[in-house]
Amino acid sequence: MSHSAGFLGSTLGKKVLMAVTGIILFGFVLGHMLGNQQIYLGAERLNHYAELLQANQALLWAVRSVLLFCVAVHIVAAVQVWLRSRAARPVRYRVFRPPAVDYAARTMVWSGPIIALFIIFHLLDLTVGSAHPNYIRGDVYHNVIASFSQPVVALVYVAANLLLAFHLYHGLWSLFQTIGWDHPRFGFVRRAVAVLFAVLIGAGNIAIPLAVLTGVVR
Amino acid sequence: MKLTLHVWRQRNPADAGAFATYELEDVSTHMSFLEMLDVLNQDLIAKGEEPIAFEHDCREGICGSCGFMVNGVAHGEQPGVTVCQLHMRHFKDGDEVTIEPWRAKAFPIIKDLVVDRSAFDRIMHAGGFITVRTGSAPDANAIPITTENVEHAMDFAECIGCGACVASCPNGAAMLFVGAKIAHLGLLPQGQPERAARALRMVEAMEREAFGACSNFRACEAVCPKEISISGIARMNKDFRRVALAGPAPARGKRR
Amino acid sequence: MKLDARVPGGPLADKWSRLRNDLKLVSPANKRKRSIIVVGTGLAGGAAAAALGELGYKVTAFCYQDSARRAHSIAAQGGINAAKNYQNDGDTIYRLFYDTIKGGDYRSREANVYRLAEVSNAIIDHCVAQGIPFAREYGGYLANRSFGGAQVSRTFYARGQTGQQLLLGAYASLNAQVAAGNVTVRPRTEMLDLVVIDGRARGVVTRDLVSGAVECHVGDAVLLATGGYSNVYFLSTNAKGCNVTAIWRAFKRGAAFANPCYTQIHPTCIPQAGDYQSKLTLMSESLRNDGRVWVPKAVGDQREPGDIPEAERDYYLERIYPSFGNLVPRDVASRNAKKACDEGRGVGPGRRGVYLDFADAIGRLGEHVIRARYGNLFDMYQMITGENPYRVPMRIYPAPHYTMGGLWVDYYLMSTIPGLFVLGEANFSDHGANRLGASALMQGLADGYFIIPYTLGEYLAGAKLEAVGAGHDVCRSVVAEVEARTAKLLAINGSRTVDSLHRELGMLMLDECGMSRTAPGLTAAIEKIRSLRDSFWSDVRVPGEGADLNQELEKAGRVADHLELAELMCRDALQRNESCGGHFREEYQTEEGEALRDDQNFTNVTVWEHGGGDAPPRQHTEDLIFETVHPTQRSYK
Ligand SMILES: Cc1cc2nc3c(=O)[nH]c(=O)nc-3n(C[C@H](O)[C@H](O)[C@H](O)COP(=O)(O)OP(=O)(O)OC[C@H]3O[C@@H](n4cnc5c(N)ncnc54)[C@H](O)[C@@H]3O)c2cc1C
Ligand code: FES
Repeated sequence: MSHSAGFLGSTLGKKVLMAVTGIILFGFVLGHMLGNQQIYLGAERLNHYAELLQANQALLWAVRSVLLFCVAVHIVAAVQVWLRSRAARPVRYRVFRPPAVDYAARTMVWSGPIIALFIIFHLLDLTVGSAHPNYIRGDVYHNVIASFSQPVVALVYVAANLLLAFHLYHGLWSLFQTIGWDHPRFGFVRRAVAVLFAVLIGAGNIAIPLAVLTGVVR
Repeated sequence: MKLTLHVWRQRNPADAGAFATYELEDVSTHMSFLEMLDVLNQDLIAKGEEPIAFEHDCREGICGSCGFMVNGVAHGEQPGVTVCQLHMRHFKDGDEVTIEPWRAKAFPIIKDLVVDRSAFDRIMHAGGFITVRTGSAPDANAIPITTENVEHAMDFAECIGCGACVASCPNGAAMLFVGAKIAHLGLLPQGQPERAARALRMVEAMEREAFGACSNFRACEAVCPKEISISGIARMNKDFRRVALAGPAPARGKRR
Repeated sequence: MKLDARVPGGPLADKWSRLRNDLKLVSPANKRKRSIIVVGTGLAGGAAAAALGELGYKVTAFCYQDSARRAHSIAAQGGINAAKNYQNDGDTIYRLFYDTIKGGDYRSREANVYRLAEVSNAIIDHCVAQGIPFAREYGGYLANRSFGGAQVSRTFYARGQTGQQLLLGAYASLNAQVAAGNVTVRPRTEMLDLVVIDGRARGVVTRDLVSGAVECHVGDAVLLATGGYSNVYFLSTNAKGCNVTAIWRAFKRGAAFANPCYTQIHPTCIPQAGDYQSKLTLMSESLRNDGRVWVPKAVGDQREPGDIPEAERDYYLERIYPSFGNLVPRDVASRNAKKACDEGRGVGPGRRGVYLDFADAIGRLGEHVIRARYGNLFDMYQMITGENPYRVPMRIYPAPHYTMGGLWVDYYLMSTIPGLFVLGEANFSDHGANRLGASALMQGLADGYFIIPYTLGEYLAGAKLEAVGAGHDVCRSVVAEVEARTAKLLAINGSRTVDSLHRELGMLMLDECGMSRTAPGLTAAIEKIRSLRDSFWSDVRVPGEGADLNQELEKAGRVADHLELAELMCRDALQRNESCGGHFREEYQTEEGEALRDDQNFTNVTVWEHGGGDAPPRQHTEDLIFETVHPTQRSYK
């Protein structure tokens, strides 16, 4: 036991924690995105799906706790790693132009916190309803349309999901590196998998507010 | 050509340090960057000032002594070279050049552009070796090794330990350096018996130093004068995870 | 001075094993109580410190760089020899021995060279076990390349970075001993003097290059493995920090210096580009396999190489040496390049250069073949000169590269001071008047891994050593001398920089004690060196303080020693009235202009003993006895 404690205490271990929780959260985001596509099939279908998810409260809360726990671990580990890295260069450079830095890597530091804030807003908007203009419990379809009909809110969703896509892209690619899946023959596969899923999730999520805003879905 | 240099001057570790500006009138394009500094230093001495301290020895890109930031890039913008191999023909008349030491908590500044990289040595002391007693080796051809493996190992073994990876990493991480060593020895059959213990000890030693974590920025790989790949980091991660999660490492408690 | 080489008796091939049968041993319990000082962490020192640590000795190793891994051995490119005969091409230990002794122009000690060849195979075994990624063939077995002066393929290599990989191997073994608590490494620490107590070497006085602290370290024996002194020429292929200080200080404390004038000037280096030049870069000799060396026939021909027609080019090596052509040994190639330039036919900036032209080879084999063979070297050339050698011929010029001379040692690698051992390039032992390619790495590792662990034990087992502490009177007085010298250097505050004086010395040495030497030139040089030394001590400016990182002060101390060594080199060259290996006296040449040895009078080692104070050094000789091989005249026509 002391061994894994030592492992988790190390920055490498923390990165693995982020990777593992990241995979779980990624799985949730993927499922969430796929489920929501039912919006295109009409109100009845979507609301029925939502009902289904709510049917077993015990299971629902179990899943929610797991997700919450993962989010917490993901964030705590990220903050710890970030603090350590910040401390590693107490005096900044006057001129610092590290070349070829992976752009997505740079966004992680702020995309993380922004996504966290967005999730809170998203929960208040469409799960709790307190941030919603006209929340009707049980009518998910209505809630979504009403929320996304507000151009500002829709844009927030679009922007946040763009960030999420970047976050996932770099997160997924990094994950392979962190776990050490690095067979030279599959180098391009890692990149491709990361791009594929990032684009898939980003596009799937962004399409909904856009569809509402443009009146494709009413 | 004319150049304006902004050089970090710091008398000793305790000194706050500041940039000093030097105007150079007559820089030959054939000079190496360090020769340009030599010429400046000769002038400074003649004027009764202290020359700029910078580390160097082989001046052919192999000892890893030299290294500082040139306009924000470790060893300057030319890919695949150390600063001693950088030539002035890559600069233009009238250029302003900012010269700064490696900045990292794990590499405290000793003087001007000279930093203390002994953290690297401490990591290597922890496990950067194959334990083999002199005289005990079998015939060199006893274990065939595929050219593919040996060349792959050599790609990592070429690391010169200059510290550019740490200096360029936005996180000040030493992963490329440590990863390169672990990958070099881990790719060879001779390195297998101690592979797990080596990864554990070296990573633990790295953690004891004030290096940051890897965020996969890949700046290290981009500035590495030997163009070492971050796939070494993946190998390190894998070796470390395996041993760290698998419970007590075999060779940990007692040394023979 | 009594010079006893202590060569064991018996047939050549049995000497080393017989000696090992008879050597006294130190018990494990006693090894722990013995402290050994190793100065230098290159191949020789790094290997020695690691091997002695493994045996259980308490070792402290010093180097001036910031890490043991940066010693100049790291820069060796070509490879390391061993008599493995993996190629099945007829190599044997005897053949490696024979090639090395012949390459040295019959000016080295048979027994030492034989032992070197004998342990060469174990070096390769050990290095492979350390994880050195030597090049391999497709079957997975070790590859070899051929190197100058041999008809067999016996050189092991790791890309163009053999020295780096071997040094990292030694450094790794050193690390294992640091981890085991047997070795302490003191980087950024320069040895500035030797402590001799009761006639035995018992310690060193060092300066901490960061804090400036001068300290005495005592031990039961001192090993110097501080490399060569080619930097006496200022411009050389050595690292900027390479220096003679450690062995020179030992010389002044009584260790004899052998053959100081034997230096190797390597023919294929990139020529000097300007007055600011700080060092010269070596390019592998293998380039001469396909490149043709030429200069314009006409004196002062300033045309671009492409504008000079075939008929107006002088492929002088092919002309003078029809059978070896461009592949003549290093010394011959270097001397002829100098001659062409002295005649005013040199090319490039400063007219000190000759062409190495690949146009024919590219025409014959295609650019892709040349790129595959020499791509790295061509890239390096282009990086340094900005010229594309696929389009215009390379320019090359010889550069000081290796010093065969060094402290005199006996068969046990012990100097004339008991307890002071000298390893690697710092000693004189194995290369005679000229070193063959790929044999310095072999020698350094042989000395460190496989010889000193035995011979040191014999010394320690046989010597009665009183315990001494760093507070011993002798230690204190040597520390005071070192401090006084540092203070003196800082106090002169004259008008000349250390580099300007060093450059002047280098130019003088290259002209008069370089590729070719004459009695009048050497005599005049000695005078000039003396007056340069006076200028140094009266007019040098060393800025900064002693209690600080002060790179000018470091350089000043080294140049001061080079200024003394230079005189001894000239004296040595002056008394050696013959030409041999890298030592070419213009007065002694055959009618065709080849080196003319005088075996009658000079089959010996010249050994110099410090005269004390300002008195001239005393000259001694060790006669070389050839029991097995018979010196012949080298001919490459
Ligand atoms: C460019 C180049 C290429 C070469 N290529 C080959 C080749 O292909 N094959 C081959 O066999 N040989 C080659 N050689 C020669 C060979 O590399 C050297 O002769 C050999 O490596 C010397 O090893 P060493 O251990 O004796 O000394 P070095 O490696 O020079 O080590 C000297 C050590 O002594 C320390 N030191 C020096 N002075 C002091 C002091 N005063 N106080 C404290 N420490 C001190 C240094 O810090 C260093 O650790 C080459 C040489 C050069 C320059
Ligand atoms: S000085 Fe050796 S790598 Fe630059």
